[in-house]
Amino acid sequence: MSEEKLYLYPVWLRIWHWANALMFLVLIITGLSLQYSGVEGTFIRFDIAVKYHNIAGIILTINFLFFVLANRISGNRKYYRIKYKGFPKRLMKQFRYYVYGVFVHEPKPYPISEKRKFNPLQKLSYVMVMFVMMPVIIITGFGLLFPETNIENVFGLSGIYLTDLLHIITGFVLSIFMIVHIYFCTFGKTLGSDFKSMFTGWH
Amino acid sequence: MLVLFNGYGQDDAVEERVYDYAGENHKCFKCHGHKTFHYYNDQMGQEVRERMNPYYIVDSSEFYTSNHWNFSCFDCHSYEYENFPHPNELRFEQLPACLDCHGGDDTYEDRNWEQINDEFLKSVHSTKHSIDFNCNMCHDPHTYKINARTNENIKQTIQYDNGICLSCHANINKYQLIVDFVNPNVLKTHDWLPNQALHWQNVRCIECHAEIKEDMLISHNIQPKEKAVRKCVECHSQNSLLLASLYKHQVKESRSKYGFFNAAIMNNSYIIGANRNYYLNLISLIIFGLVVVGIGIHGTIRIIKK
Repeated sequence: MSEEKLYLYPVWLRIWHWANALMFLVLIITGLSLQYSGVEGTFIRFDIAVKYHNIAGIILTINFLFFVLANRISGNRKYYRIKYKGFPKRLMKQFRYYVYGVFVHEPKPYPISEKRKFNPLQKLSYVMVMFVMMPVIIITGFGLLFPETNIENVFGLSGIYLTDLLHIITGFVLSIFMIVHIYFCTFGKTLGSDFKSMFTGWH
Repeated sequence: MLVLFNGYGQDDAVEERVYDYAGENHKCFKCHGHKTFHYYNDQMGQEVRERMNPYYIVDSSEFYTSNHWNFSCFDCHSYEYENFPHPNELRFEQLPACLDCHGGDDTYEDRNWEQINDEFLKSVHSTKHSIDFNCNMCHDPHTYKINARTNENIKQTIQYDNGICLSCHANINKYQLIVDFVNPNVLKTHDWLPNQALHWQNVRCIECHAEIKEDMLISHNIQPKEKAVRKCVECHSQNSLLLASLYKHQVKESRSKYGFFNAAIMNNSYIIGANRNYYLNLISLIIFGLVVVGIGIHGTIRIIKK
């Protein structure tokens, strides 16, 4: 039985996604270079890394605001809604599939449909990333871009230090998310089919 | 003799001081401590009130909290100043240089006065301006007080020390005492510096403009502008040069018990690249490694079971 093709990723979403991915890459590379800068040698010259990190951060922010707005207007936000009743059970079912079912060729417990774009684990991770971590990394990023806006002293510690700590921890978690996200994109019909979908819009 | 409790403006240390020369100095301060002074003019037969030359005013409260707080004015100035009007020839009085007192001073051996002088003679302040530039240009003997080694509030030290540089470099009246050219605009010459205001609140001018000497708390060899620090990573790195300058007095260990590199800096400020946490670095590497290994194993099993 041949599965019917679904048009799941409209143009605005694909543009947002790839712009987001590109900015993520720039921010990770420049961010790492800044964090591990040294006299003996730095991956990217400090001032250049600062410049591109700032530019990419601003583009990412605009892109995020666009995503929130477009999600609201287009109705795409329905895919992110979590129904709490039975959610832990659904999470476990999906988790079991990834650690066992996929190896024994079980059918996907929550296959993609017009009504369900994300499986429960995807939904949870995307909600956490887009609506918790992205705001945190954007707000702390602007705190570092405009250091005078930070509280000077928080319980004897520099406020800007705490802002940066939150920024780099969130940045690290988002980097890990990106690696895992790319790996899970190989779970399509073929290794490259999900990547192709994000270019064509058709799943 | 005057006894006062003096807050000294630093920390909360309150020490009892006995001002041996307060009475004697009062004779000077009653005129030179105010914007106006008055005297009886015999010829006119009346009391006259005049304005004091602003450059000859010494704030007594600043003087009594300065390093020279227990000095008599006559320790440096001629006794003939006791007479009023002051004799004209006193305008040409040669004042003592710092080393006249501090040279070979065993009491403050650790201050390395002679070495400070040697370093100063190598600096642009001395090589460009010869004897016109003396210690007093930066260290007003009436008001100067040490900060870096006594004040635990780094921000106050930074503000005080930068104020010394800006008293010339942002004040054309004083600047042109020794040079004819127009005072360079420090805001403009430093416009390449990102977050300029933040940098100036958190580091002293000398961090970038003075040569760092391991055996000196404050280097006095101000370098030509071409040699000033311009590479961000000289501060924004784990081996931040600030540890050898601004935080030199506070650096006792390279890593605190919580695992922070350069913890001395962290209590007062935060410098990207210089403040890293050993444990966070380790945890992030472990997590990253586990994710990569996990994906590798998962992917391999998927291929095998295909």
